[in-house]
Amino acid sequence: MSAPAFGMHLADVVPFNLPSIDYRLIAPILILMGAGLLSVLVEAFIPRRGRRPVQLIVVFVALLAAFAMVLAAAGSRAVTAEGSIAIDGPGLLLQGTLLLVALLAAMLMAERMVDPSGDAFAPRASTLPGSEDERQFTQRGYLQTEIWPLFCFSVSGMLLFVVSNDLLIMFVALEIMSLPLYLLAGMARRRRLLSQEAAMKYFLLGALSSAFFLYGSALLYGFSGSIDLPVIADQITAKPSQSWLLMIGAAFVLIGLLFKVGAVPFHQWVPDVYQGSPTPVTGFMAATVKIAAFGALLRVLYVALGGLQWDWAPMLWIIAILTMVVGSVIAITQTDIKRMLAYSSIAQAGFILVGVVAATREGLASALFYLIAYAFTTIGAFAVIAMARDSSGEATHLSRWAGLGRKSPIVATAFTIFMLALAGIPLTSGFIAKFSVFTAAIAAGDTWLVIVAVLASLVAAFFYLRVVVLMFFAEPGPETATVAVPSVFTTVALAAGATVTVVLGVVPQPVLEMVANADVFIR
Amino acid sequence: MNTVPWLTILGAVPLVGSAVVALLPKGRDLIAKQVALVFSLATLALTIVVALQFDGGSSQPFQFIESVPWIPAFGISYGLGVDGIGLVLIALAATLVPVVILAGWRDVEDTPDARGSVKGYFALILALETTMIGVFAATDVFLFYVFFEVMLVPTYFLIGRYGGPQRSYAAVKFLLYSLLGGLFMLAAMIGLYVVSAQGGQGTFNWFDLAGMDIDPTTQKMLFLGFFFAFAIKAPLWPFHTWLPDAAGAAKPGTAVLLIGVLDKVGTFGMIRYCLPIFPAASEFYAPVIIALALVGLFYGAFVALGQGDMKRLFAYSSMSHFGLIVLGIFVFTTIGQSGSVVYMVAHGLSTAALFLAAGFLMQRNRGSSLIADYSGVNKAAPVLAGFFLFGALATLALPGLVSFIGEFMVLLGSFQRFLWVGAIATLGIVITAAYALRLYQRTMTGPVGPGLEGIGDLRGREITALMPVVALTILLGLYPAPVLNVVNPAIDNVMSSIGATDPAPVLGSTGTSSEGTEQ
Repeated sequence: MSAPAFGMHLADVVPFNLPSIDYRLIAPILILMGAGLLSVLVEAFIPRRGRRPVQLIVVFVALLAAFAMVLAAAGSRAVTAEGSIAIDGPGLLLQGTLLLVALLAAMLMAERMVDPSGDAFAPRASTLPGSEDERQFTQRGYLQTEIWPLFCFSVSGMLLFVVSNDLLIMFVALEIMSLPLYLLAGMARRRRLLSQEAAMKYFLLGALSSAFFLYGSALLYGFSGSIDLPVIADQITAKPSQSWLLMIGAAFVLIGLLFKVGAVPFHQWVPDVYQGSPTPVTGFMAATVKIAAFGALLRVLYVALGGLQWDWAPMLWIIAILTMVVGSVIAITQTDIKRMLAYSSIAQAGFILVGVVAATREGLASALFYLIAYAFTTIGAFAVIAMARDSSGEATHLSRWAGLGRKSPIVATAFTIFMLALAGIPLTSGFIAKFSVFTAAIAAGDTWLVIVAVLASLVAAFFYLRVVVLMFFAEPGPETATVAVPSVFTTVALAAGATVTVVLGVVPQPVLEMVANADVFIR
Repeated sequence: MNTVPWLTILGAVPLVGSAVVALLPKGRDLIAKQVALVFSLATLALTIVVALQFDGGSSQPFQFIESVPWIPAFGISYGLGVDGIGLVLIALAATLVPVVILAGWRDVEDTPDARGSVKGYFALILALETTMIGVFAATDVFLFYVFFEVMLVPTYFLIGRYGGPQRSYAAVKFLLYSLLGGLFMLAAMIGLYVVSAQGGQGTFNWFDLAGMDIDPTTQKMLFLGFFFAFAIKAPLWPFHTWLPDAAGAAKPGTAVLLIGVLDKVGTFGMIRYCLPIFPAASEFYAPVIIALALVGLFYGAFVALGQGDMKRLFAYSSMSHFGLIVLGIFVFTTIGQSGSVVYMVAHGLSTAALFLAAGFLMQRNRGSSLIADYSGVNKAAPVLAGFFLFGALATLALPGLVSFIGEFMVLLGSFQRFLWVGAIATLGIVITAAYALRLYQRTMTGPVGPGLEGIGDLRGREITALMPVVALTILLGLYPAPVLNVVNPAIDNVMSSIGATDPAPVLGSTGTSSEGTEQ
């Protein structure tokens, strides 16, 4: 009699089960984290001259291996790691896109032909701008290789962000994603003060948004007694009377995510950070953070807060309209191309929100397609911006782009493709993306939202086309930037961005089917 | 049904030609020209083959139909097909391109500051031909839009690279105006798709859209989007200001394609898209549009009367004629609409004759297009003056020429519906005669102007280029049946799709004046 009792007793005292983790499904995240750690070791033990090639090998191999694992997991639909990670169609699709885009971004970051003194990063981020140290390091041709571990960690955070199924993991992923980005933003080789200011702003506002997210999570925990997204959803349906804990908690979590998305009125950091960061980092951030943040936002809205749709939809309506209108209108007045693209990215976030608000399966699919299309176009656009230069670095003032089409027709044509895509002109990915978002929204009954969106696209088309007009229709003068001849890295990234933009515009059917088949989020 | 994709082949031939010309090595200018001419003639031959197979008496208004799914998720297909209207406009384009190539044989060499190469010029013309064929043959609204916009690219470069001193300004103005119109059309197109999607799967297929019954309020909104784009293209007053600049800066050959064919896309779009898809809205807006057309008719004619620059004069004259074409479309009578289509063809031919003859003249006098620089040309270059006179007479619609048929039918159709509209429009014709003849008188007659004594007369190539235009103008003027036979069934189809019937012979209070015009 005593033995079983003892046994039961033991089981009661030590209720320890090994957490069930499907390592195959979370392999992409682990690979990138491992690569980040390895990359730190490379910094520590490989001599300076050998670091760059080794780092590049580590990063590229990790990205490709992770992508292969995502492909291998295609079709999986499982909740693993004790309910904290949900691998499903949309999650895998976003992970795959993130990895491919990160691959292109890594190529931009590895470029060191366009700047005569090295790559886009300060040789030593710790030196004072304008100091003797800085000059010496530049003269000796030092290259910063610490960017690579930061890059790997950031990507691993993004991969985790889009599949996290509880608010705490999501918060951790948010931080893993963001902290390295704050550092990367401050490492520009040129205009370092601007870059450091950008990093500071990004960090402070990012920290604020993290605080919102965390506080909201705590309130939601207070409401539901759990941080699991599906449990929160169950509790919302189970408790018919809505508590202020739930309302404020949900609002704060959404505010935290909308910060990362760059939606108005949480967009103030975007222009400064986009402008100040080293251009490859801007491209990386613009493309991937948008994907990751929207992935998380969609998951929170669809999985946890699905029952609250009637409460958040009006709020997101207003935010979507504000985001589209403010982004498009302010972009018109910009004279710096990076700032213009920053406001453009705000406007684009508004268009994606139109699909998000639809809260239907079509809405989800259209938002996914939009993210894919937007990411590749953005990477390509920033690749071009990194190449248009003068003696003092990148020539980002719009007037310097006048007549660029005459001087460098191929690069200008590529940039034209990206601008047309962002403007949503047919035969580019941007058109199909806008089209699917709009139709999904109309099908969900948001006709007026779409009318505003169409008007905002007309406004937006104006400033995108203005750049095209400027490049091709103005005469090149002495002020016109020269396009640096890049190495194979930028060339490949640029070509890939342009190809995807055109292919998704001309034969979008396969990808449309892919996003449609991605199914909904797992609960 | 046909198994040979005739229209695709027809569109592909100039495109292939364009690629071949563009890929020729530098410096082989003569070969480039010859290859371009051969491809344009092959296109013309194919067009004739297609036209001969077109069955005007068939119960199917649309023939040579092709349809391949393109983006099934959005109901977009690669759909081609022509009715009589599309066919005659394709034929017009296919006729004018070889003419323009031949007439522009030395355009680039004669423009010392041209930015582009010789082969580039001809490659662009051929590429433009492909888009012209595509825009008239598309039966999918999305495909139409794509051609409508892609068309801007070669045109922009033809003006911006090979034009006169004002070319950059003119090319940008042309492009921005067209893009603006295009964006409104795009918005309306998306709206149209959404409306079509309310009954399940949305579509861009013209046949399905034309058969749809759209709520009148929605129609009125969507109509405006399409109409705005077409009104800029046509151009209708007050959306016309780009045209004089573009035509003034472009080479005569480019201007012929621009005014003669590209602008027809606007009026073609009205008759193909605005009317059948939005019948209620067309009826609703018709009075306003007729008013704009009349204003354009007079405005263009009066400004042409006061122009000191030949190319700009032609542009304003065309604007005046576009007023007449739009008028014919929106009076909703069979004869008026048929007349509009005939007039589109006639106007293309008369523009070619006048513009090219004037172009040959300008080439002989350092490219000056000022009327004041010329006088007494008929003594120095009698053949040239003769062609110029023919062009002027075709413009003022001399009986016996095809433009007369078109103009007469449009006026008849207007009288049939609104007596006073027809009456006002007829007055406009008088001004046309005034400026056309005054132009001839000022430039061609009188004492030979300074510097004009030595200009040679037209040479063989130039006469060869003009002859087909002249011959067609006369032949179709005397015997318009080939055009009318294919156009009339198509117009009947348009009329029935908008539910319009020709007015009864007695027009209520407007009296009994039109009694006896019953057909």
